[in-house]
Amino acid sequence: MQIGVFSVGDVTMDPTTGRTPTEGERIEAMTRIALKAEEVGLDVFATGEHHNPPFVPSAPTTHLAFIAAQTQRLILSTATTLITTTDPVRIAEDYAFLQHLAGGRVDLMMGRGNTGPVYPWFGKDIRQGIPLAVENYHLLRRLWREDVVDWEGKFRTPLHGFTATPRPLDDTPPFVWHGSIRSTEIAEQAAYYGDGFFHNNIFWNMEHTAQMVNLYRRRFEHYGHGAADQAIVGLGGQVFMAETEAEAKKVFRPYFDNAPVYGHGPSLEQFTEVTPLTVGTPEMVIERTLGFADAIGDYQRQLFLMDHAGLPIEVVLEQIEILGKEVVPVLRKEFEARRPAHVPSDPPTHASLVAEGPESTYHLVAPARATAAAAATTQS
Amino acid sequence: MARRIVVITAGLSRPSSTRLLADRLADAVSTEVSARGESAEIEVIELRELAQDLATTMTAGGMPTGSVQRARDLVSSADGLIAVTPVFTASYSGLFKMFMDVLDTDAINGMPVVIAATAGTARHQLVLDHAMRPLFTYLRAVVVPTGVFAATEDFGGGEGGGALANRIARAASELAALVVAESGAVAGFAASADELVSPRRRRSGTAVDTDVTDFETLLGELGQ
Repeated sequence: MQIGVFSVGDVTMDPTTGRTPTEGERIEAMTRIALKAEEVGLDVFATGEHHNPPFVPSAPTTHLAFIAAQTQRLILSTATTLITTTDPVRIAEDYAFLQHLAGGRVDLMMGRGNTGPVYPWFGKDIRQGIPLAVENYHLLRRLWREDVVDWEGKFRTPLHGFTATPRPLDDTPPFVWHGSIRSTEIAEQAAYYGDGFFHNNIFWNMEHTAQMVNLYRRRFEHYGHGAADQAIVGLGGQVFMAETEAEAKKVFRPYFDNAPVYGHGPSLEQFTEVTPLTVGTPEMVIERTLGFADAIGDYQRQLFLMDHAGLPIEVVLEQIEILGKEVVPVLRKEFEARRPAHVPSDPPTHASLVAEGPESTYHLVAPARATAAAAATTQS
Repeated sequence: MARRIVVITAGLSRPSSTRLLADRLADAVSTEVSARGESAEIEVIELRELAQDLATTMTAGGMPTGSVQRARDLVSSADGLIAVTPVFTASYSGLFKMFMDVLDTDAINGMPVVIAATAGTARHQLVLDHAMRPLFTYLRAVVVPTGVFAATEDFGGGEGGGALANRIARAASELAALVVAESGAVAGFAASADELVSPRRRRSGTAVDTDVTDFETLLGELGQ
């Protein structure tokens, strides 16, 4: 089980002091969060990607490379990379380059983005969101897996005799997750390629999350990548901890009540009951998080949102310290104890993918096509 | 097979004239469905009871509360709707619109609907045709020709009261005819049901639609 943190990178006023950090302070805070994550033994740091205020992370690979230079084992990821509005050639080159700098400690999560005007700003049409995600990602796979690409599609200028540089580290592209909250086409996309599926459930009830994950698992098996319970699943989580539940609620409540997305809406108690938000003791966080596996099956990556709603960086670092020291060791042990042997503990890493060798189906642009073709040959 | 009629009523006071009108419409629809040899089950959604849940749903990034989810499922699984709102500031009430806003855009495709409204004076009656009817048309519902408007004076006797009773009966009859009608191919005219253009599927949007398009088809449509 990989456990880490993900950040939206919002610049939000601290409602208890009225102070808003500068963009520079926020970027610095995100770096310190990543370094703290490595220090306390977490596995992953993932940054969001946004191209509008009040968010700072517009250049994820620049930031992740800076963090890579100061860490040894932390896996650097995204939550999410905008596959709709970013040129797949840029994604192929930026992340292959990052792989080389970070010694392979890179994977990424594709998302469509939820800010309407970003599409026209980047010359795209939001009504084509799903087709853009489908075409761009398929091209991205080819750019990483074929040395010379001849390609024509609907949304990008054609490529003939094109080679994306540098080639992926060890000719092994980074592992990819697809994040989606409600779009079944994206769960289907993840299943088709045998990629990971991440459900950012932090604003959703577990029944909905389970439906999305189950759809992905069923289709993963359908496309021949393994049994449904071997599919690679990631979930979000949102926690705030203190020695007692009352103390945690007292400190966190003003941040909750004024938070972007749900502030001035549901009460902390309502939101805690329905969504994964847990405000209380580390024991409560452990129990709640282990419960996720009851709802969606044993899964491979858990990312916590720790630094939003204007929480000051000192408090966030303290929270990550508690997470790393008191919560994660127990979670690792308990998740491991409940996991059946045939279900992978971790998602694929650069090392595990290299170990599979160059003949592995991971190196095929569309492994499901090869599986279908092989099945057709056997029948005839 | 019993036909399920769902009543959406947005009155705020208790008792409200909006609910009073909703109940009279529901009774009339029951009678008209029975007259066509079928039974009708009436279920009422009092939007006042959902007011806080609707506000919570809207401020929680669209995640519906349990009550909102149940109401959405109820609406989409109905065979016919009766929608009644008081007129507030020249239109349907904000509460009524909040409920319509949390419905999926495919929630009431092809749904037979009676629209009705109440107000203190008959001067507001065009709200039915200038606000209610376009709203339901946008959602691809089938709104019956007769809308029912009741001003306070229509609840009295005399000419106004009699006319209201007539409009209720006429609207109920129109709705009942649609609710009991069978859809599909008529023998001898279409070789099979496949020849008919199928209407857009109705869905409440609360459950994940697991009937996905195969990914090769999506790739194929893009020539990949």
